[in-house]
Amino acid sequence: MIARYVGRRLAQAAFVLWLAVTLAFVAMQLTPGDPAQALLAASGATEQEIAERRAQLGLDAPLPLQYVRYIRRLAQADLGQSWLHSRPVGQMILEQLPATAELAVSAILVGTALGMALGILAALRRSSWLDTAATAVAVLGLSAPTYWSGLLAILLFSLQLGWFPAAGEGDLRHLLLPSLVLGFALAGSIARLVRARVLEVMEEPFVQAARARGLAPWRVFLVHVLRPALPTALTIVALQFGFLLGGAVITESVFARRGLGKLAVEAIIWRDLPVVRGVIVFGALAYVLVNLAADLAQAWLAPRLREELA
Amino acid sequence: MIKKPTPPSSSFSRQPVALAALAWLALAALGAGLASLLAPAGPLAVDTTRSLLPPGSNNPLGTDLFGRDVLTRLLWGGRWTLGMGLLGLAVTIGLGLPAGLAAGYFGGRVESVIMRLVDALLAFPGLLLAMAVVAVLGPGLGSVSIAVGLSAAPAYARVARSAALEVRAQPYVEAARALGGSEWRTIARHILPNTAAPLLAFAATQLGWVLLNGAALNFLGLGAPLGTPEWGATLNEGRGYLRDAPWVSTFPGLALTLTVLAANLLGDSLQEALQPQ
Repeated sequence: MIARYVGRRLAQAAFVLWLAVTLAFVAMQLTPGDPAQALLAASGATEQEIAERRAQLGLDAPLPLQYVRYIRRLAQADLGQSWLHSRPVGQMILEQLPATAELAVSAILVGTALGMALGILAALRRSSWLDTAATAVAVLGLSAPTYWSGLLAILLFSLQLGWFPAAGEGDLRHLLLPSLVLGFALAGSIARLVRARVLEVMEEPFVQAARARGLAPWRVFLVHVLRPALPTALTIVALQFGFLLGGAVITESVFARRGLGKLAVEAIIWRDLPVVRGVIVFGALAYVLVNLAADLAQAWLAPRLREELA
Repeated sequence: MIKKPTPPSSSFSRQPVALAALAWLALAALGAGLASLLAPAGPLAVDTTRSLLPPGSNNPLGTDLFGRDVLTRLLWGGRWTLGMGLLGLAVTIGLGLPAGLAAGYFGGRVESVIMRLVDALLAFPGLLLAMAVVAVLGPGLGSVSIAVGLSAAPAYARVARSAALEVRAQPYVEAARALGGSEWRTIARHILPNTAAPLLAFAATQLGWVLLNGAALNFLGLGAPLGTPEWGATLNEGRGYLRDAPWVSTFPGLALTLTVLAANLLGDSLQEALQPQ
């Protein structure tokens, strides 16, 4: 039963990934002009030089062949060459990855802690001012653009109070403000759904039975309320992982940090399409894998919830 | 007994939050629409003698580096930002609605082809997908609108599909089909009107998403050219002198946040009004 679920889920992830990769290929074909022309024509290259460059980049081959080559290279984790820097895209991504991963992981920690705390508090003190306040914070987190809340945070904590550096990366002090800003944005959706889940769980007969048995309230809470809230938060983090990647791109820009975001934005401005495609394919891969992992973890942690969602 | 969705107006009008959200959206639209009357000098009127003035009687929200009035630019910028949002939303609905309704209504092979494509598009993180589209189309405000609209379309298609599935099972649709009405006529006459309410609610939510991410792309410098009063672009321009003139970035950011918030709250209220429990 569970093996069948895992197998089906794996096949589904592989299929979605293949489609995504193919879409990325098609999108490149739709782009007007080609790299050899774009890069060389400006520097006054002759027709022959452009033709040579095209052959070198494999752009003169028929489309199906280009597609087969592209897939074969991807299978070998080869994302192609940057048109601008003539370097392997995979290497460029790996160089920028630690900075982005550091930001994303710390934002997940901040967002999960804050979101769970807000959601649980709101559920336990339902309809009180605390619930209203927690809900307000959650909605604000969802709506306030990180590029605005980030600037406000810099204005207050860096420029006015001087607690944190306003830009750059390096030690923990550089990391804290961006992770708080991004984590705050993430906390909104986590708080909302954790609140709903906790309210639901508290109505369950087993919680009422535990109360009736005279278990201490904190034990009821710990065992019966907190435990089911955790997989919920986990699922939302996975579902929001795409949002997190996008948010990381913006947060990096706000705080002038290195990372995949800066790489992608520069590549778009310079029309360095292999780099753009590389970052997008990499993002899709990470997103699919994270969701796969979350689904499998959930199948193991809370099999019933999975059935409900399916 | 045919179960029809309750019209949203009855419980909707009693929600103060929804009314406030609507009021703000109307105000923003009015400000943008009447910008040429309210601020006839235009968003590009430079006065270098009045650079970076704090909010005061002459310039209620201060001036930027080039002495341009921040309030004037805010009003004019609404045209760019809201225009981008509406164009984006039109793309979202234009692509997502027919795809989702067709998938839900026809089922079978049509559904599996459409939904597999939707799944693949949903495998891209939203903002990254939008960035990819901008990369293909080339930077610019038009590309940004299309890009965010397109990235929001798969989610819209998915919601449209489940709405269509629900209505399709209703007896009156079966009856229309049994009477031999053409498929597209049945969709237009029966499916579309009866899915309109939930799809309108989701459209408001998607408008919030489109605005948030469209302005983000402008903030990243992938959209409107430098100097355009679009809110995201202005936010980006103002951060260079955040310390000396925080008002240049703060006010467009506030306007944008309120607009996104209003769209989200409106979407939530509409959805709540549709599902009373």
